[in-house]
Amino acid sequence: MRAKVFLIISIFISFSLSFVIEARELSIQQLEERKKADKERKKEREKRGAKEFQKEVTLTTDIIFISKERETPPVLSNLDPILEDEGFYGVKLAIEDNLTTGRFLGHDYKVEFHRILLEENLEIEFKKLLKQGKKIFVVDLNEDELLSLMKIPEIDDVLIFNVRAKNDSLRNENCRKNFFHIPPSYSILSDALTQYLVKKKWKKWFLVTGPDKNDQIYSDALKSSAKKFNVKIKEEKIWNFTADLRRTAGKEVPIFTKGSKYDVLVVADEDGEFGEYLAYRTWDPRPIVGTQGLKPNSWHRTHEQWGATQMQNRFRRESGRWMTEVDYHSWTAVRAIGETITRIQVNDVDEMRKYLLGEKFGLGAYKGVKVSFRSWNGQLRQPILLAAPRSMVSVSPQEGYIHPVSELDTLGKDQPESTCKF
Amino acid sequence: MIKFFYIIVACFTFISSSVHANLAYITNEKDNTVSVIDIKKKKVIKTVKVGQRPRGIIMSKDGKLVLICASDDDRVEVRDAETMKLKYHLPSGPDPELFILSPDDSTLYIANEDDAMVTVVDMNDKMIIDDIPVGVEPEGMGLTNNGKILVNTSETTNMAHFINAETLEIVENVLVDARPRVAMFTPNDKEVWVSAEIGGTVKVINPNSKEVTHTIGFEIPGVNEESIQPVGVRHTKDGKYTFVALGPANRIAVVDQKTKKVIKYLLVGQRVWQLAFTPDQKTLLSTNGVSNDVSFINVDKLKVEKSIKVGRFPWGVVISPQ
Repeated sequence: MRAKVFLIISIFISFSLSFVIEARELSIQQLEERKKADKERKKEREKRGAKEFQKEVTLTTDIIFISKERETPPVLSNLDPILEDEGFYGVKLAIEDNLTTGRFLGHDYKVEFHRILLEENLEIEFKKLLKQGKKIFVVDLNEDELLSLMKIPEIDDVLIFNVRAKNDSLRNENCRKNFFHIPPSYSILSDALTQYLVKKKWKKWFLVTGPDKNDQIYSDALKSSAKKFNVKIKEEKIWNFTADLRRTAGKEVPIFTKGSKYDVLVVADEDGEFGEYLAYRTWDPRPIVGTQGLKPNSWHRTHEQWGATQMQNRFRRESGRWMTEVDYHSWTAVRAIGETITRIQVNDVDEMRKYLLGEKFGLGAYKGVKVSFRSWNGQLRQPILLAAPRSMVSVSPQEGYIHPVSELDTLGKDQPESTCKF
Repeated sequence: MIKFFYIIVACFTFISSSVHANLAYITNEKDNTVSVIDIKKKKVIKTVKVGQRPRGIIMSKDGKLVLICASDDDRVEVRDAETMKLKYHLPSGPDPELFILSPDDSTLYIANEDDAMVTVVDMNDKMIIDDIPVGVEPEGMGLTNNGKILVNTSETTNMAHFINAETLEIVENVLVDARPRVAMFTPNDKEVWVSAEIGGTVKVINPNSKEVTHTIGFEIPGVNEESIQPVGVRHTKDGKYTFVALGPANRIAVVDQKTKKVIKYLLVGQRVWQLAFTPDQKTLLSTNGVSNDVSFINVDKLKVEKSIKVGRFPWGVVISPQ
């Protein structure tokens, strides 16, 4: 009798255990199952002859996505694969969203993907597209490439959505009235991080800056944030070691960080050349923030609030990988285009630009509040996710930072500080 | 042994006596549980383990069945309202979120958030009859008293889809504000109110002309505009009030159903989402997701009487009809 009870109990335990394990690993497995189920349901639907609501198409919009082939940089961390399809699935999902809405309104969307190869010239290729009469571009390009586009005279007659470059210059002295910037600028990111550190009262910083140009720019943004929020930078160093840190970090980092009094080690290392190797190796036990450790992001794989779970699931089902920031920016850009056309019912460039920069524009983008564009420089207003590699820590703006227009404008350069003139 | 027997009998009588009391069922999204509340006593009397990520919850008209959307299990659980034991699963599409039963309990309409479909399930055969392609991330479901017009809202497409419940075809699509969450017909079926979480408004639509007749906005001193996020909508049967849950504004707006003017804001728990009336409509319950509690509101006095703790992230609420 007792044996039988034990047997039942052990069966029960192993059953519930296997259930728990299954539940944990549901990600890939469940996504695959859903994919399969989707296909079967689609077949059944077709069998039943179910009709889709489709209004006659009266408006067709072409969207061009441009990315550039790049030489892969040597990276120290070989954990994350180097993606060659960043942005693609973001655009694809957003186009599907636009098409679904468009089906009910008689709006059609077409997208072309262009990848500029290493041996090709961006300006020449871009001019070809302009000649074909293309008007709406989502571009995965860096600062220099965007600046080179600005030299093309006909560029003023089209809409450009930047989905990669975070440089403040593009939103200030080099701004253009028809360039929209989806990524948060370096100063938005540094303010978002600083607000949180101030809230934690971690106001003594040790700032380490990497060797690249963008590291320097981000570092400058962090310094102005420190000034803005009354934070003291106790120590500042440039990282210029060239050795491969994978074997030597244990020796180099303690000496590099010895002798300073600080609360947090703030790192500006965009390409991850050394930042990952600072944690757990500093002389004093201190947390790492900035481009490594606790990082300000526009999107992160740990983000699940405000419907983000749906977005993460849809993206992973489509692509088989996690959504990156560039993917999210691309999705947002194409959705912003769709939302505008849905509301104003035309796809004229000037009308769209006015609506995008106007007060009526607002887009749900899984951030809890609507995102919109700053009318003075085309920067997307958005909450910033502060995340550690495996957990969401906080969302900025932090409580208590108030603003007459939008609390989101406590992040980055506000209208009075902006040097952008349209 | 005899003592043991008594305990069993005692338990039994306790359970059967509690059936006659009015019960509220709350889905706790992060706990995978349902809290059962005795409304008279304002107490949680039972916490039941259910499927993963429970959200939408409704009951059959006779009060015998509780239906729960187990979103991460991709199915609908049907439980005995008395014992809360699982009776069977109903098929649904991926990620069911909200649903509604036809007036005769024969048909279930489910919004499947992950695949832009409203799935129609036959409750007798327990089979999917049809899928209606709607906008992206469908959520809110409203139905007229006669069960002839179904309204579904889609969160990313920002539309209210009017569906003929007999032919299961879309008749018209009405643009509303960003992220529409709930569609609710007034008791006389002459209006359907659609809340927009990100847009911060409630649109009132005439179901015959499909025109937006009113846009209700909300302004609360000291609360920033961005945190006013309307979700749950409930109308009183007498046509007097409409209650709108305002999410992270932590308040419920009391709106005059006729003039569409806001009369009052009731402060409840954090991130208030869904609402439900007791059958006599004297009490309204709200689920407050972040503070993990449920508020009791006195409808006559328009006052919050009490809040009680439930599980983590309470999402949906339904109250037994008897």
